[in-house]
Amino acid sequence: MSNETFEPRIVGFLCNWCTYAAADTAGVSRMKQPPNIDIIRVMCSGRVDPTFILKAFREGADGVLVAGCHPGDCHYSEGNYKTLRRMTLLRQMLPQLGIEPGRFRLEWISSAEAPKWTQVAREFTEQVRALGPLDWKGTVLAGVPVALEHACATEVTV
Amino acid sequence: MSEKLKLALYWAASCGGCDIAVVEINEKLLDLDAAADILFWPVAVDTKYDDVRAWPDNYVDVCLFNGAVRTSEQEEIAQLLRCKSKVMVAFGSCACEGCIPGLANFYSREGVFERAYLTTPTTDNPDKILPVTRTEVPEGELDLPEFYNTVLTLDDVVPVEYYVPGCPPQPHQVWAVIEAIVTGNLPEPPAVVGASEKTVCDECERKKDVKKVKKFYRPFEIEPDPEICLLEQGLICMGPATRGGCGNALCVQVNMPCRGCYGPPPGVADQGAKMLSALASVIDSNDPEEIERIIGDILDPAGTFYRFGLSKSLLRRARVV
Repeated sequence: MSNETFEPRIVGFLCNWCTYAAADTAGVSRMKQPPNIDIIRVMCSGRVDPTFILKAFREGADGVLVAGCHPGDCHYSEGNYKTLRRMTLLRQMLPQLGIEPGRFRLEWISSAEAPKWTQVAREFTEQVRALGPLDWKGTVLAGVPVALEHACATEVTV
Repeated sequence: MSEKLKLALYWAASCGGCDIAVVEINEKLLDLDAAADILFWPVAVDTKYDDVRAWPDNYVDVCLFNGAVRTSEQEEIAQLLRCKSKVMVAFGSCACEGCIPGLANFYSREGVFERAYLTTPTTDNPDKILPVTRTEVPEGELDLPEFYNTVLTLDDVVPVEYYVPGCPPQPHQVWAVIEAIVTGNLPEPPAVVGASEKTVCDECERKKDVKKVKKFYRPFEIEPDPEICLLEQGLICMGPATRGGCGNALCVQVNMPCRGCYGPPPGVADQGAKMLSALASVIDSNDPEEIERIIGDILDPAGTFYRFGLSKSLLRRARVV
């Protein structure tokens, strides 16, 4: 797929209290923003298990965005600090798996920052577009069976 | 004489430790011999592949298959043994989730060949000869099995009834599994057997308090207190994200952090991601720069968190471009 016709598919995990509200405001205010981000609302960015991010990449995401309240403003006091630590470590690990750091982004966007949301959405979409498609199953796992999950697949719900 | 149970054992991409693990049941080997005939076991019994091919389907009661699948030969034998066996058991971490051979999934086949046959300091290969599947020699053609780009697990290539985790499975668990086989007490498949339903942390008897880590250490850098949780002392212990059953945190009992060989606990799809999550949350800092610095102590996050489970992780392998 050439980059001119490539539309990146991005999964965005947004916290209910801040960034989701900002994205919602941007939408109802009809601010211009790219349609490439599939938004998943979570109650707190601290709810975002790194498993979700790896699964998003595996299932076809070209980029993943995690966004929550500014440090100090977490609705649950310190959920976003845990997010900060986890995502810092994840960002260090992703290149070892061949995923460019530019495909992953952590942002703090308050509910009053709808313009910042649209700016981040635009920037990140263009950044991922420049990196090109990831297509994990189609290229990295080409020829590798992916139907069977872990040994205890019957118990796995993620 | 009543009909004895028929067993087959095989090794694919493994170190041989799983075969040793079977022998480690010690004098109980005599009980095993009384209850079962071992028809096929390359490490100990001289049965040829053609002998196996000659058996009728479902001739073997239970096949204990250790090792990952990284060549076409291993896949072929897995399929052959699947046909000949009523019950297929992925025995040991390699067959279950790739284990140490699965770490090759951080590289491509070309990368593995280059390292193994060209750039290792002890290699003398001036003609840069690499393995190929077919070679012409004066006497005719020689065949070698194909070396796959990605290390697979047993259940990637054949249906598997039971999984016995561990690198290697511990002798008391090996015996527990053999007993269950001999007495017909295996659970409903598919199931993990020879392990517990709890994590290593759950079974560890060390004193545990609030975990607040300012610095991570490698095992050789400190002499840890033998009473206190190793993670609290800054050692990266995989206990929170590892299935128990090895015997009350076996490695931790001798002051070494758990490396995660019993694989993910029940309900966990990706051991590495869960360990990453648990480890990051014990870091005692809210300052981005300090967090970066503390995390900088973790030299090889992916290799540490996926030491045993890369082949069965969500991403399954690294992208090599």
